Amino acid sequence: MFSPMPASAVRIRDLRKTFGAVEAVAGVDLDIADGEFFSMLGPSGSGKTTVLRMIAGFERPTAGTIELGGRDVTGLAPFDRDVNTVFQDYALFPHLDVLRNVEYGLKVRRVPRAKRRERALEALRSVRLDGMGARRPAELSGGQRQRVALARALVNEPKVLLLDEPLGALDLKLREEMQVELKAIQRRAGITFVFVTHDQEEALTLSDRVAVLDRGRIEQVGTPAEVYERPATAFVAGFVGTSNRIGGVCVRPEKIDVDTEPGAAPADADQHGAEPRGTGSGDRHAMGTVAEVVYAGAATRFVVDLESGERVVALQQNLRTSSMDVMRHRGARVRISWHSAHEFHVPDARS
Amino acid sequence: MDDDQGLTAREPDRPAPGLRRRAAALLHRRPRLRLSLLLSAPLAWLVVVYLGALAAIFLTAFWTTDTFTGEVVRTFTLDNFRGLWDEPVYRTIALRSLGVAAAVTAIDTVLGLPMAFYMAKVARPRYRTYLVIAILAPLWAAYLVKAYAWRVMLSEGGLIDEALRPFGLSGPGYGLTATVIVLAYLWLPYMILPVYTGLERLPDSLLDAAGDLGARPLRTFRSVVLPLVYPSLVAGSIFTFSLSLGDYITVKIVGGRGQLIGNVVYDNIGAAGNLPFAAAVATVPVVVMLGYLAAARRTGALREL
Repeated sequence: MFSPMPASAVRIRDLRKTFGAVEAVAGVDLDIADGEFFSMLGPSGSGKTTVLRMIAGFERPTAGTIELGGRDVTGLAPFDRDVNTVFQDYALFPHLDVLRNVEYGLKVRRVPRAKRRERALEALRSVRLDGMGARRPAELSGGQRQRVALARALVNEPKVLLLDEPLGALDLKLREEMQVELKAIQRRAGITFVFVTHDQEEALTLSDRVAVLDRGRIEQVGTPAEVYERPATAFVAGFVGTSNRIGGVCVRPEKIDVDTEPGAAPADADQHGAEPRGTGSGDRHAMGTVAEVVYAGAATRFVVDLESGERVVALQQNLRTSSMDVMRHRGARVRISWHSAHEFHVPDARS
Repeated sequence: MDDDQGLTAREPDRPAPGLRRRAAALLHRRPRLRLSLLLSAPLAWLVVVYLGALAAIFLTAFWTTDTFTGEVVRTFTLDNFRGLWDEPVYRTIALRSLGVAAAVTAIDTVLGLPMAFYMAKVARPRYRTYLVIAILAPLWAAYLVKAYAWRVMLSEGGLIDEALRPFGLSGPGYGLTATVIVLAYLWLPYMILPVYTGLERLPDSLLDAAGDLGARPLRTFRSVVLPLVYPSLVAGSIFTFSLSLGDYITVKIVGGRGQLIGNVVYDNIGAAGNLPFAAAVATVPVVVMLGYLAAARRTGALREL
């Protein structure tokens, strides 16, 4: 139409927020596309939740603008914005039953009783909570409360759904289930999700794109693969997964192969990588001593001190080995190898 | 081996457990004994002094006085209660007292709720302690001093009159209105504190959530804050209501000629020397408060006290 590009669901320009002397958000620009599952990933204090709260309208930005669907909402109160939030503590109204919690937004917006009951029941069905409408939040488990919170937000059919570490309070198993469910709901509803988390695995699993934040600034925005494989800064490389510095390059732990019997390999092949013994071997090598072996079920983590003095972590899938096998390698001399294609460079850390 | 010998050699050296140690061990083994030792003194106080006094009042209410000698006659009679019921002046006073207590409670609710809300939800957390102290501070001043201060302020040409003069108004003077004002002032902290505690326990995210779902502030207040803080309000009202119902000093000081239940009790003990009748009158607020507490119990307010 008039604009050359379709308006982003969320468009943020030079957003800043200071609390007293603390700059929680220090100039953030973001464009989140319609229907995107977008995550903001960062450690606590990185400003990710503050950005989310400013999108929702709970915090007023110190400077900058926020547009939702092309409309500047920077000065608008939460109740005038077409977004809904799933809170970290769920924030369910304890004095209302589940159905009335879900109906709340519709009731406030004067949707007729029959219509809103129908939509609330439908929303409860979509989060697999049919028949729970008469319960109080206190009578539900953590996972069920989480889903009520989701239904209460989704029933309003917002343009953008904001999720503030919604899975943080759940145990691992439930969290993984909810991740799958969240993704399915997002696809089905076609709503833009803005998801805040400090869990890098969660962000990588769920998102179309991830923004990595640190100290109120965006370090990198990209697809999970970009952020993981090609981290733009040392912070991203360190926060999203583990990265090993070897010489001037970085290598992810799972890309490093540990050869526990270096004597068996031809010694003269070390420099030129001419021995295609296993799939894991690469064209780069280094010798070292195993400082620690950690058995972690599906994989084993080797901490290796290289001759160069650097310490690297290597992750080996436990395809054939068992715990008893790996434990005896502590203190052993090993040869590690990796492919140069898996190396990446990051600029030196800022501080 | 050396170590072993050392250990066995030291063993007999350990002093035999002292009396205190043995007593402590005994108490540890016998939790019931421990509990009864702990509670016997407070229980004795509660039963003998506190409940005993209440029972004595109640019992006295069924006695009467000899009109000639002024001696208490210890024979069972319902005369006091009959008189209380038949004499219209006492009914008027009882109803007036209830009205004053209700008005004080209403005023304290209207004043206390926004103040408590400001303290719990608006003010910065580090100022909250100071605000609580500020609310508590008037309670440290003597009751009489505060009441007389109000007497001075309410006097003709006093501070209140002066302040209202520019608006062409004058103060209420001494009377029932003054009584209500002063009682509302005196008991306000007892309303603010439970409501503040209740609001502080209310997560901020609930307010955010209501706004997020489209509710304007007034709607949020009505549909989320009020229902959740209601038990605390009732808890506060128990204080303001019962304290107002039993008061007789403020009425004496700023109440003019108006009388409340408390005055009737006071006058019957002092001037009239009719202790049984005073006791009968005193049971009225007790009965009213029992009814009030029973009603409050249903709101869950008793858990907020």
